[in-house]
Amino acid sequence: MGRYLLRRLLQLVPVFIGTTFLIYWLVWAVPGDPFAGKCGERPCPPGFVAMMTEKFQLDQPLYVQYATYMKNLFQGDFGTTFGGRSINDIIATAYPNTLKLAVVALAIEALIGLTAGVVTGLRRNGFLDNLVLISTLFLIALPIFVIGFVLQWVLGVQLSIIEPTVSSEMRFPELIVPGFVLGSISMAYIARVARTSISENRRSDYVRTAIAKGLPMRRVVGVHLLRNSLIPVVTLLGTDLGALMGGAIVTEGIFQINGIGRIVYRSIVTKESATVVSIVVILVLVYLLMNLLVDLLYAALDPRIRYE
Amino acid sequence: MSDILVSEQSAVGPTGRPSGRLLEVDDLRVEFRTRDGVAKVINGVTYHVDAGETLAVLGESGSGKSVTAQTIMGILDTPPGFVTGGQVRFHGKDMLKMSFEERRRIRGEGIAMIFQDALSALNPVFTVGFQIAEQFRVRRGMSRSDAKKRAIEMLDQVKIPNAKGRFNNYPHQFSGGMRQRAMIAMSLALDPEVLIADEPTTALDVTVQAQIMDLLAELQRERHMGMILITHDLGVVADVADRIAVMYAGRIVEEADVYDLYAKPAHPYTLGLLDSIPRLDEKGQQLRTIKGLPPNLMNIPPGCPFNPRCPMAQPVCREKVPPLLQIGAGRASACHFAEELVNRD
Amino acid sequence: MSDPSAASIVSTPPSHEPTEIGGATNAGLPENARREKPRGLLGDAWRDLRRKPLFWISAVFILIFVVMAAFPSLFTSADPTAGNLSRSLEKPSGHAWFGYDIQGQDVFARTIYGANASIVVALLSVIGTLLIGGTMGMIAGYRGGWVDALLSRIADVFFGLPFVLGAIVILTTFNGSGSSNSAWEVKGLVIASLVVLSWPVVMRLMRSSVLATKEADYIVAARALGAGTGRIILKHLLPNCLAPLLVYGTILVGSFIGAEATLSFLGVGLKSPVVSWGIIINEAQNLIRVAPYLLFFPAAFLVAAVLSFVMLGEAVREALDPKLR
Repeated sequence: MGRYLLRRLLQLVPVFIGTTFLIYWLVWAVPGDPFAGKCGERPCPPGFVAMMTEKFQLDQPLYVQYATYMKNLFQGDFGTTFGGRSINDIIATAYPNTLKLAVVALAIEALIGLTAGVVTGLRRNGFLDNLVLISTLFLIALPIFVIGFVLQWVLGVQLSIIEPTVSSEMRFPELIVPGFVLGSISMAYIARVARTSISENRRSDYVRTAIAKGLPMRRVVGVHLLRNSLIPVVTLLGTDLGALMGGAIVTEGIFQINGIGRIVYRSIVTKESATVVSIVVILVLVYLLMNLLVDLLYAALDPRIRYE
Repeated sequence: MSDILVSEQSAVGPTGRPSGRLLEVDDLRVEFRTRDGVAKVINGVTYHVDAGETLAVLGESGSGKSVTAQTIMGILDTPPGFVTGGQVRFHGKDMLKMSFEERRRIRGEGIAMIFQDALSALNPVFTVGFQIAEQFRVRRGMSRSDAKKRAIEMLDQVKIPNAKGRFNNYPHQFSGGMRQRAMIAMSLALDPEVLIADEPTTALDVTVQAQIMDLLAELQRERHMGMILITHDLGVVADVADRIAVMYAGRIVEEADVYDLYAKPAHPYTLGLLDSIPRLDEKGQQLRTIKGLPPNLMNIPPGCPFNPRCPMAQPVCREKVPPLLQIGAGRASACHFAEELVNRD
Repeated sequence: MSDPSAASIVSTPPSHEPTEIGGATNAGLPENARREKPRGLLGDAWRDLRRKPLFWISAVFILIFVVMAAFPSLFTSADPTAGNLSRSLEKPSGHAWFGYDIQGQDVFARTIYGANASIVVALLSVIGTLLIGGTMGMIAGYRGGWVDALLSRIADVFFGLPFVLGAIVILTTFNGSGSSNSAWEVKGLVIASLVVLSWPVVMRLMRSSVLATKEADYIVAARALGAGTGRIILKHLLPNCLAPLLVYGTILVGSFIGAEATLSFLGVGLKSPVVSWGIIINEAQNLIRVAPYLLFFPAAFLVAAVLSFVMLGEAVREALDPKLR
């Protein structure tokens, strides 16, 4: 396990450097004037330009700039908006809300997606199976903002079951619908992948062995079958985290949740590109680390990976 | 070694018809319903095994020998497989009519099974130790530590070196032979009365094959189990089995004591199988083979299913299905000309 | 929209036998499969496909959308950009089926004309993604060694960028405020960002099927007979590796239509006066309580288009996957 972890970390380093460098280069080096169009409709305030140029050594060669930028990042200094607000502060107030929303979304994904996948994987070709297949296809095909608007309008505006927007207290019941919207696409993928992998593994030799050992059906399915079928689901989660982050920007925008995604959304609308970029870089970092975490989970589930 | 073994066993070899049979398969019929049609995989199989004896079920792939075993264990894939008739009696009770719970309790304790490919039959994501100990915990309600102790004992019994250290290994960390030993340990954990071994050595190297067969034979004798050994390898059978049932196209075509079968086969198919074994004393001669292919189970030829390949086929063979008839003490054959075969020289 | 790089709905169908090379080229294009041969995987797949109502429904829808994108004037005579404030926010009527937006523009006409930008951007992006990803995958898989290692690491870097996040960065940089890009430049930028962030998936798909096919006996035989690299790639490898690519491409068209709409919705993609479904929805979102119909009609078109492509791709994939039969 230790060696596997080390290898994964080493593999992550070039990807990490490459990805962050790519973003940095795109944002600060390609446009010629690094401050063109980064501060809304007007040119950036001279104070902001001077401060950023000094802090990130924008007058130095590209690799020095990048190194300075990363150094600041690792010291926990994410920079400021052109209005002078510390991005650290913004993130500190916003991330708990995003985290709450993400947890609700993940819980819904896991609960509904896995249940639907397992049930239909065990009993294929029934009515329920077709229902799940078609509804997941719909969810996968629908852009997340369409799902968001439709649910907001139907449940919030027409039926008044929920408030169309989430209050600043972020009470749990308010988060169910936004969480469902955010998790909907991953939920559909999870259901489909779980269904396929359950129905493939159901016929496998080791499941037969488990039955032949005289284990109760509950244990055969819940321990032997599920553990193996979870492996592709976990792999899927890794590739899907990025979609979850993109989805958070849209979902928080629609339901007006004061999270990181909404800040990105608002910054786009008010054209504060500098802020957009800083936060997105941080999100990419989180994404890469989460992927590492998923890899570890994957290894924990599948010993064949661990001992490779 | 092998000669001693056979003579020792044949001394007790029950060739008569004792009452209170352990496991009986009676006129079992199974078909596979697929999109392309219905395949009649098992067409009235009857055999039995008693405590302390080894029955070898011999046949080509597709003859239905494994499907019979799966039906006994209740692990037949349904669909496409459906039992359409017959009984499987354990201690005289028809298992096919039992509830799922009743059957489940027989699995492992009454009847256990060893699979051909231990690598895929063992769950890849759990340690070998866990998979053995699991049975003690779930079926016997033992504590984790007691179960572990018993599991290590089992690994010891199947002669896995350093059983304690191996307990926490995963199946892919075992060699092929060791994996099959672990599989055997797992199937014997609950001390079953009948052990079904479905081609237990097919996936192994030749040298390891003999070791595993010896181990199985030894454990069978020690525990006085009934054993059903499913194989296509006549060489394996001679060393271990007391009785042999030969299967062809979902039927038993011949059943006999191991000596009788080798000395005087009573079915042309058995004769063909015996003739196709390479012999050292006939070096240089061409190997004899059975001409043709096994029948398509969706379209079994009328009459004796073996007639298209049979060198002795007569018109009657294309019309009448020969029933499995007694032709002597503990011998049966499903050939219209069984008597002639046995009595010829 | 979901991350189009999530390859989970696309599994790689097994490579085909050499006898089916000719047919395999058409795997993703059922329209071309008319020259069906009643044998082999392809014939089976087509026979399977023909019986699927989902396949026909999605094919008909796609046809309608393509005609709509090419000849919008067939469907409406109204001008999508002619605003008349006196009819601002008028409800749907026999005259204007979907009503008028806040500028007094005919929403039905806008929705019809929106098909063009949405579908053109998606199609061009898919073509670009398949070309770049396919070429890279072919090179990496065929050459192997350090070339493969290098290309795969480069792909990893782009794969490390979550789709929406990456697109936001690219588009705010090049298409941010103050930039005066023409409509076609903006479309080009959106296409470029979709391609740049999606090609690694296609490359991996291509690379793995090249690797699987490369060592096949008939390719080894062709090489032994003295066939050149170009010939082996064009005549033998490409036809065999194309089927999974085309299936993925079909689904990708749907994903990209949704992705373009998402980016336009976020305000970083296409912009007025270009008309696309995403833009119409973006403009309507603040009026959802007053005039929900402004949002629903374009959203319905968007959903129908995305679904059609995704379903077509799924249907073809299932037909090609012998395991599912």
